[in-house]
Amino acid sequence: MIRKIIASYSRVPLLGWLLGALAAVALERLAGAPIANFLGLQKIPVLFGLSDMIKSPVRIPNVIGYLLIVYAIPAAVVPRICISPANGIAALLLRYPMAISAAVHLGLLYAILHVWSGISDYRVLVLRLTLIAVMLTLSLNVVNGYMGEFSCSHPGFMALGAYCASVLTIGLFGDPEFFGVASLPEPLGPFLFPAVLILGGLLASVGALFVAVPSFRTRGDYLAIISLAFLFIVKSLIENLEFVHGSRGLSDQPDWAGLPTVFIWTILCIWSINNFVRSTIGKALNAVRDNEMAADAMTVDTRRTKMAAFLFAAFWAGIAGGLFAHVMRYVNPGNFGIQNLAEVLAMVYFGGLNSVYGSIVGAVSISLLGEALRPLEIFKWIIIPLLLILVMIFRPTGLIAFRDLDVANLLKPKRQPGGEA
Amino acid sequence: MTSPLLQVRNMSHDFGGLRAVSDYNLEMGSGQIRGLIGPNGAGKTTVFNLIAGMYKPSEGEIFLEGVKIDGLPPHLIAARGVGRTFQNLLLWRHMTVLDHVKMARYSKIRYGLFGAFFGTPGRNREEAEIEEMAVSLLERMGIRHLADQVVLNLPYGAQRRVEIARALATEPRILLLDEPTAGMNPEELAQIMEIIRRVHGEFGLSILLIEHRMKVVMELCTTIQTLDFGSVIAEGTPEEIQNNPRVIDAYLGREGAV
Repeated sequence: MIRKIIASYSRVPLLGWLLGALAAVALERLAGAPIANFLGLQKIPVLFGLSDMIKSPVRIPNVIGYLLIVYAIPAAVVPRICISPANGIAALLLRYPMAISAAVHLGLLYAILHVWSGISDYRVLVLRLTLIAVMLTLSLNVVNGYMGEFSCSHPGFMALGAYCASVLTIGLFGDPEFFGVASLPEPLGPFLFPAVLILGGLLASVGALFVAVPSFRTRGDYLAIISLAFLFIVKSLIENLEFVHGSRGLSDQPDWAGLPTVFIWTILCIWSINNFVRSTIGKALNAVRDNEMAADAMTVDTRRTKMAAFLFAAFWAGIAGGLFAHVMRYVNPGNFGIQNLAEVLAMVYFGGLNSVYGSIVGAVSISLLGEALRPLEIFKWIIIPLLLILVMIFRPTGLIAFRDLDVANLLKPKRQPGGEA
Repeated sequence: MTSPLLQVRNMSHDFGGLRAVSDYNLEMGSGQIRGLIGPNGAGKTTVFNLIAGMYKPSEGEIFLEGVKIDGLPPHLIAARGVGRTFQNLLLWRHMTVLDHVKMARYSKIRYGLFGAFFGTPGRNREEAEIEEMAVSLLERMGIRHLADQVVLNLPYGAQRRVEIARALATEPRILLLDEPTAGMNPEELAQIMEIIRRVHGEFGLSILLIEHRMKVVMELCTTIQTLDFGSVIAEGTPEEIQNNPRVIDAYLGREGAV
């Protein structure tokens, strides 16, 4: 009986699951507060109730009840009900170019995030930071997972991107004193923002060149050491640059990194990195990692492969940094230190090496867990590392490692099991 | 006069104070199968590594169709037509069989990094072509059904075939096979010999073969070189080599030496 119910879910296409999630968040938006009150909760549990459970363990059953009513039941019932319409729509969409089907799915995903985060500003903030963490994790995975080297300089690239973008937006659009020239007209800003972010990304790539040139001459631990040194150099450089206010940090970046902007950049990042790692040129990274001599003998230009991937990863870290600066609207060199490095590394290794899915799962779970466990204060830094250790023991390459993200496969309708594929 | 396919002139190589290869000469025309034999440590694999550019010769020159190739980085030498396999199977453990063969097309890919990042239509077309070519190559090697397997899970004989298919995908003019039958049972041995013959016939390749099993060398090769302590001690047809006293000495030790 139970097995039959579970089996029936194997026919739910991605579209169905998205509809289910949309139903759940819509229910929360419309009736979340009365349901929470009815269950004896003061307000809607903000991040799936984990922090509420920790704060007052007596209310654990109430929170679980809320989660069941608002999230689990709609997310289970709706996909089951609309299996055949969802499959029909998915099949219909695939008659057009795949971009259309992808756009519909992404639109739905955005709608879900928008409705979910509409409950409170805190959710919007956490969501944007989580998306930025996804970009960082995925780009680091290109180096540490796909290429199999160990890079520590990601926060450094992020800092370059963040400061470059901040200086440009504050200087050109914010504070007229900053460059000593008149500000550009304010309405132009949001249109130039992508260009500013890209410049930040390119600056990060230039920084990456300084790490890559000496460390890719030979194989081994050089990259780890040089990239760690690079991280410290960038940090102390910024601390000593009075031009960007040293360790006091830069503030009052314009508020241009709203949820739609961050969402679009995250999708672009996932899309281009996934394109790269699935192409033969990108798969050369795996060849270099698994055996460089064989890669050489099979005509692979190993140096070009490594440099391109490293600079590309740094570019996305720079973009993520620029977005981070405009989400927080304040950056200081302390944001980009060892702790940040440890978090990103944890996300990469927790989620899974050599896998786009893994990076998304790792970044989302560690970010949300980090936020939800906030009431535990210092104990948070015992629980998260413990989890990481457990993952390392039972799945040494991470939760979802070595899995390809095949978009076409993801979007297609699911037929009857055993039926025509 | 046309220049020979592969010509090695007075090549020597030193590892520190040890002269691993000394004054090695080779001239190969197209369509030959040549054997390179010798006791363990004679320098056979070093010769391969020198020709393929993994090491740079201390002295001497290497020409491929009259063009000097020594000193070029290995991936360029491979792209010019020197394909090789390795003695101890250097496969990429996390990659599928199909990806192995596709990877060997690397130097022929035209879409560049831009295409790789942005998935341009040109890239999709080219990837499809590469895939088609790779599948047909796997078909000819009789391992099409393994295309989506990760190489780690394959039996030894199949892994050897993947390595040869991968080397063929680089479109070599000359194929360097380093002990292709090492560690094989008699059945696999017969199959791999059949494959080498077919590769030679169908692809019209020249093959330079390092081999320990005399049976294989004697059956496949037209000419054999024998290497001992880095120098060529004998060169000739299989019969001449079999009866050459210096070769027998090198393999069995000098009479009365024990």
